Amino acid sequence: MRAQFILSEIGVGLRRNITLTIATVVTVAISLTLVGLGLLVRDQVSTMKGYWYDKVEVTVYLCGQTSTSPTCAGKEVTQDQRQQLATDLQATPQVKRVFYESKAEAFTRFKEQFKDSPDLVANVSADALPESFRVKLADPRKFEVVASAFRDRPGVDTVQDQKKLLENFFNVLNVFQKVALIVAAFQLVASVLLVSNTIRVAAFSRRRETGIMRLVGASNLYIQLPFLLEGALAGLLGGALAGGLVALGKYELIDQQLRPRIKFTNFVGWDSVLGIIPLLVVTGVVLSSTASFVTLRRHLRV
Amino acid sequence: MVRASYPGVADLDSGSVIRLENVSKSFPTSTRPALDDVDVNIEKGEFVFLVGSSGSGKSTFLRLLLKEEVPTQGRVHVAGKDLARLSNWKVPALRRSIGCVFQDFRLLPNKTVFQNVAFALEVIGKPRHTIDQVVPEVLDLVGLDGKSQRMPDELSGGEQQRVAVARAFVNRPMILIADEPTGNLDPSTSVGIMKLLDRINRTGTTVVMATHDAAIVDSMRRRVVELSQGKVVRDQVRGVYGYGA
Repeated sequence: MRAQFILSEIGVGLRRNITLTIATVVTVAISLTLVGLGLLVRDQVSTMKGYWYDKVEVTVYLCGQTSTSPTCAGKEVTQDQRQQLATDLQATPQVKRVFYESKAEAFTRFKEQFKDSPDLVANVSADALPESFRVKLADPRKFEVVASAFRDRPGVDTVQDQKKLLENFFNVLNVFQKVALIVAAFQLVASVLLVSNTIRVAAFSRRRETGIMRLVGASNLYIQLPFLLEGALAGLLGGALAGGLVALGKYELIDQQLRPRIKFTNFVGWDSVLGIIPLLVVTGVVLSSTASFVTLRRHLRV
Repeated sequence: MVRASYPGVADLDSGSVIRLENVSKSFPTSTRPALDDVDVNIEKGEFVFLVGSSGSGKSTFLRLLLKEEVPTQGRVHVAGKDLARLSNWKVPALRRSIGCVFQDFRLLPNKTVFQNVAFALEVIGKPRHTIDQVVPEVLDLVGLDGKSQRMPDELSGGEQQRVAVARAFVNRPMILIADEPTGNLDPSTSVGIMKLLDRINRTGTTVVMATHDAAIVDSMRRRVVELSQGKVVRDQVRGVYGYGA
């Protein structure tokens, strides 16, 4: 009977200012969707880091005919230099494994990599690509130690960290994530204010009822609960909607568009989406309940 | 100042339902206090008229009883409770022991007569079967049997006030507070409401009624407490509205 009474009060309240309720739900949904996308990007970055950091290598390019760096002095790397470098690299404690890639191997790999662009391959001669040591580090963050030790050695052209290349890409994603979260923060402020306003309007439109409730000795909880649940329900709907939009976005954008086209990396899976959705729903409920509660403290004198 | 005398009031705390001790109430917006050193004791089962011109402090007096206001000075005891010591979460319990009727009825226009009365019980968590039992009883008591499915706007002013009385009384409160209950009604309808309040008083309920209606006060011959500029200027056991009336 109590539950039935409160539920019918909520129903009446939500229907009474349906337009404002819809506006609230939509605003909450949009802001939480942005939060969700921000979190999804964060997960994507960490997924990619896990995938790539495992594979990235430091490449020590050796001097070739076309090398311009001063350590080469315009000469090709000598057999002795190459031998010395290989020994020293293997002796460096930060280094896990060292592979040597000859010019011929580099060319083979190049042809394989760009087999869809035969024009490009046709323009590259077999010995144009530099030979290199591909160095796998025990800890990818220790690049600088290795780089500084070998950069100025005779016979070394350049030392390139593939992680650096990735980090440029990650930085773009991080900026995207930050922008999404900043916009989400503004949106969240807007939705909190809107929830607060909705509850204020609801309290005002039912002031006759609440006045009588106060008078006949209804407890604060009884008076406030319908409003609180109204706010919580709006938050729940908004959060659920946001969860749906994030899932839809993942499916449409990542699974349908990106995954078939971009083969070089992996993408966030459904486990990440399933982790984000409850977070959005809980945030929606907590945020709008809190906003309702604070509003009621100010506008529903008991 | 004429004071009603009650032998040994100080010893008879158990019989006192409402007691104001040297109560003053000032509002920050006004220089003159709304109530000024008011000392009133009301016994269980009494019927008290609170008279005085507008702004004399009648409404403040009634609001203090409900703890809608707290006194600036002095103590207010209602139903054996010192309201100053009553914590906020116990105020609803206090209000359940006090029924209220107003000049403007304050019915919910979108609910039937039955639903209006039942609302007072629903919101304090009474079970359905209790509500279905006591609401018809109280509607019968106020003379509205057969009109329980009407909407308020289908009723006359007198009938609407009867619904309000039924709602105030349905929980069988110890005290019934009526703030100008006949203020919107014509004289003959008012007589009917007064008969109803008198009947409720006879069940042992203490009734405190603020009014401007001299004819009613004079005809009832009950205790009269007159306020003027926040002070009690008269307290008579079987009073009339004003001197020489």
